[in-house]
Amino acid sequence: MENMKEIILEYVIEEYCDEENDDVTFDTPLISGGIVDSFSMVSLKRFLENKYKISIPDADASPEAFDTVNKIEVLVKRFQ
Amino acid sequence: MAYSDKIKEIYQNQLKGIQDAGLFKQERFIHSSQDAEIEVEFPTGSTPKKVINVCANNYLGLSSHPEVIKAAHEGLDTRGYGMSSVRFICGTQDIHRELENKVSEFLGTEDTILFPSCMDANAGVFEAILTSEDIMISDRLVHASIIDGMRLCAAQHDTFKHSDMAHLEKKLQLHANKRLKVVINDGVYSMDGDTAKLDEMAALCEKYDALLFVDESHSSGFIGKTGRGTHEKCGVMGKIDIITTTFGKALGGASGGCVSGRKEIVEMCRQKARPYLFSNTIAPVVVSGVLRVLDILSQSTERRDKLEANTKFWRKGLSEAGFVLKDGDTPIVPVMLFNAKLAQDFSKDLFDLGIYAIGFFFPVVPQGAARIRTQISAGHEMHHLEKALDAFIQVGKKYNILGKTKQEIIEMYGN
Repeated sequence: MENMKEIILEYVIEEYCDEENDDVTFDTPLISGGIVDSFSMVSLKRFLENKYKISIPDADASPEAFDTVNKIEVLVKRFQ
Repeated sequence: MAYSDKIKEIYQNQLKGIQDAGLFKQERFIHSSQDAEIEVEFPTGSTPKKVINVCANNYLGLSSHPEVIKAAHEGLDTRGYGMSSVRFICGTQDIHRELENKVSEFLGTEDTILFPSCMDANAGVFEAILTSEDIMISDRLVHASIIDGMRLCAAQHDTFKHSDMAHLEKKLQLHANKRLKVVINDGVYSMDGDTAKLDEMAALCEKYDALLFVDESHSSGFIGKTGRGTHEKCGVMGKIDIITTTFGKALGGASGGCVSGRKEIVEMCRQKARPYLFSNTIAPVVVSGVLRVLDILSQSTERRDKLEANTKFWRKGLSEAGFVLKDGDTPIVPVMLFNAKLAQDFSKDLFDLGIYAIGFFFPVVPQGAARIRTQISAGHEMHHLEKALDAFIQVGKKYNILGKTKQEIIEMYGN
């Protein structure tokens, strides 16, 4: 099975980045760094829920919890 | 007293946080009417200084036009000052309906409903026409008022990369099973000055049976051959289902906005849009002014033609001087500086030279994309633009950024 972090990173680059900001790593601040705005975060949440067959309560889907790929992995594993 | 020291401290700390982050906004007092030249008190307490204004939304130079002022006076004399009622009780005059009809005619739509502002139009329209079975798919750079409107609406939402039609198509496919799909975007983007690909969007909306929404606040009156807006420029008049726009920019610059489009959608707003239902509409004095503005624009394209010529001169001048600009052909011309402090220092130096233009930086624009946003007007005469260009070049030389690439500017000042 492909590494979860790799899969999330691939989605983030595909969904949110262009040639100007595609040097995203596992630790790059996505929301506080302005790559993903909080309004667009919803597609990432939807992707994670569909991909990993989980449900992330809105209260847990905070900008802080979604701020890096590393943090997103921790969040997903909590709900698996 | 409920306003205890503890409560006061909470607000003081929050305000300090805004100040410490360099995000504290301060108003600058203008001691004249809105025009190509204005008298600005800056810093507060200083003697007002006459400067050339290159940061107003006064695209057509109509904010202080004598005919508009005269019409507003007449409106005040014949219809009074205020309505003291919402529209559906006793707050609708004949001139409100006259303006709605004239706006429909001007934009080429079926019907129009006035709102106190375009902010209110955007805040009210989505909730009035969509339910939780529907999806709103918005461009990632839409105006804050649209985002607020979408947040107030029970429909689901998704976004697509700015002006990326392939990404939009994927999202339309992803949400194919929703009851209603609405594609949402600005006609002209206020920070970058680029224009929406409305022709491609209209085709995609037709293909996937989606509604198309456009905020024309930075387009109405001057984009397109006769100034009807982005839909005229893109050849899709009559194909936009929902247009929102403002009378607070090119169309006289006072206040007010509207939703214009399909008859049933406008009627849904009249029945359900909360900013329409629960606040007074536009004051008679402003309605009278806007009616005159639309007459002026329907009689001649002189003002939008002059704006186009001024914009070409300004873009060419800045580009030949060696500034990095955002591509486009609208009167919004962003001069890219990338670094927030450089943008602020540049703006201050311009002011010292008699030019009023503001620096924009994160979070108003993306991180590392700080800029001076210039906005050209039909009210500018050539001598205004020449003086402003000279000042930009002088300050550009001071910071050694003329002829430099984005990368070189970032290497010098950071981003």
